Amino acid sequence: MHTQSEVGYNTKIEGDVVLTTVDAALSWFRANSVWPMPMGLACCAIELMAVGASRFDISRFGSEVMRFSPRQADCMIVAGTVTYKAAGFLKRIYDQMPEPKWVIAMGACASTGGMYRSYAVLQGVDNVVPVDVYVSGCPPRPEALLDALMKLQKKISREPVVEKMKLMNLNKSEVAV
Amino acid sequence: MVTLSEQIAKLKDKFGALISDPVEYRGEVTVTLTDCQEVVAVCGFAKRQLGFDYLIDISSIDNYGSDPRWTLVYHLRSMATGQEWRLITHVSEEKSELPSVLPVWRTANWHEREVYDMMGIRFTGHPDLRRILMWEGYSYYPLRKDFPLAGKPTDLPGIAFTKPAPLEGGPFVTLPSPAGAINREPRVRTVED
Repeated sequence: MHTQSEVGYNTKIEGDVVLTTVDAALSWFRANSVWPMPMGLACCAIELMAVGASRFDISRFGSEVMRFSPRQADCMIVAGTVTYKAAGFLKRIYDQMPEPKWVIAMGACASTGGMYRSYAVLQGVDNVVPVDVYVSGCPPRPEALLDALMKLQKKISREPVVEKMKLMNLNKSEVAV
Repeated sequence: MVTLSEQIAKLKDKFGALISDPVEYRGEVTVTLTDCQEVVAVCGFAKRQLGFDYLIDISSIDNYGSDPRWTLVYHLRSMATGQEWRLITHVSEEKSELPSVLPVWRTANWHEREVYDMMGIRFTGHPDLRRILMWEGYSYYPLRKDFPLAGKPTDLPGIAFTKPAPLEGGPFVTLPSPAGAINREPRVRTVED
């Protein structure tokens, strides 16, 4: 019972080959190239900039490509206080992002409204968009945001990509019929 | 150099009983205008004859529970001499309207829009009296004392919605009341109140 011979793999002939599943490979690609959409609304955006700069260096996690166009972004980082007036724009930008997409609520304001218990402030961005990771802090330290990004990467790498695609195609064909 | 008190005296010579005696408190001079309809004439005189060419700010006060309800505060400054004083005038709640000082200082445009947005005081003659902070169609004036801090529910589909914020009874809520600032503060209330 040699598994190697079953797949016809011989390192001496075929060189370095890694065996994996399509799911694992695709989600590995996805998890290590999360392009953020920086939704900087208040002071948390300053910490977000620090995360992007050399000392904390978000590029160690493959997320240095901040995209100011939602069409090219994977993960919206909501950094700051979301007012009701801004909530509509935020939702629209989220809707313009292509699937698959994720959201990080950075800081107390984006997560819950924070100290702004007031007529003007949305009490948590999860009222308008689905949030994957919440980061506590006012504002959070850059390390906290990196931690959130690592948690998001773990979440992404657990996703059954192929199964999801099959389901989506199934839904499409149902719609077409 | 002409002193500020001489400047105010000139103002008083021109407008007589319309202008109160200046009140000085901690080096700041306040003058009350008794008829809010004359605000453009007084401000125009202050700018053109007295040289107060800079309108720092217009703010409004809600004297909730007393009459007249609104107080408008104009902060004036002369860029040449650095002198500052403030002109205040009262507006009743039934009227809630006074002339715009836009013909005197063009900067009044956004100041007056903000007062309109937050307090609901209208300015006659303003060319573009729209809301500036909240959105068009929002139906309240949030800085009025009788507006709850938590807000009120509204919904304007496609534009914005609001929901009351969960305040859980405090602790940072100042109650609407004509009492002084110290007695309105949340710290004077016990938990049972």
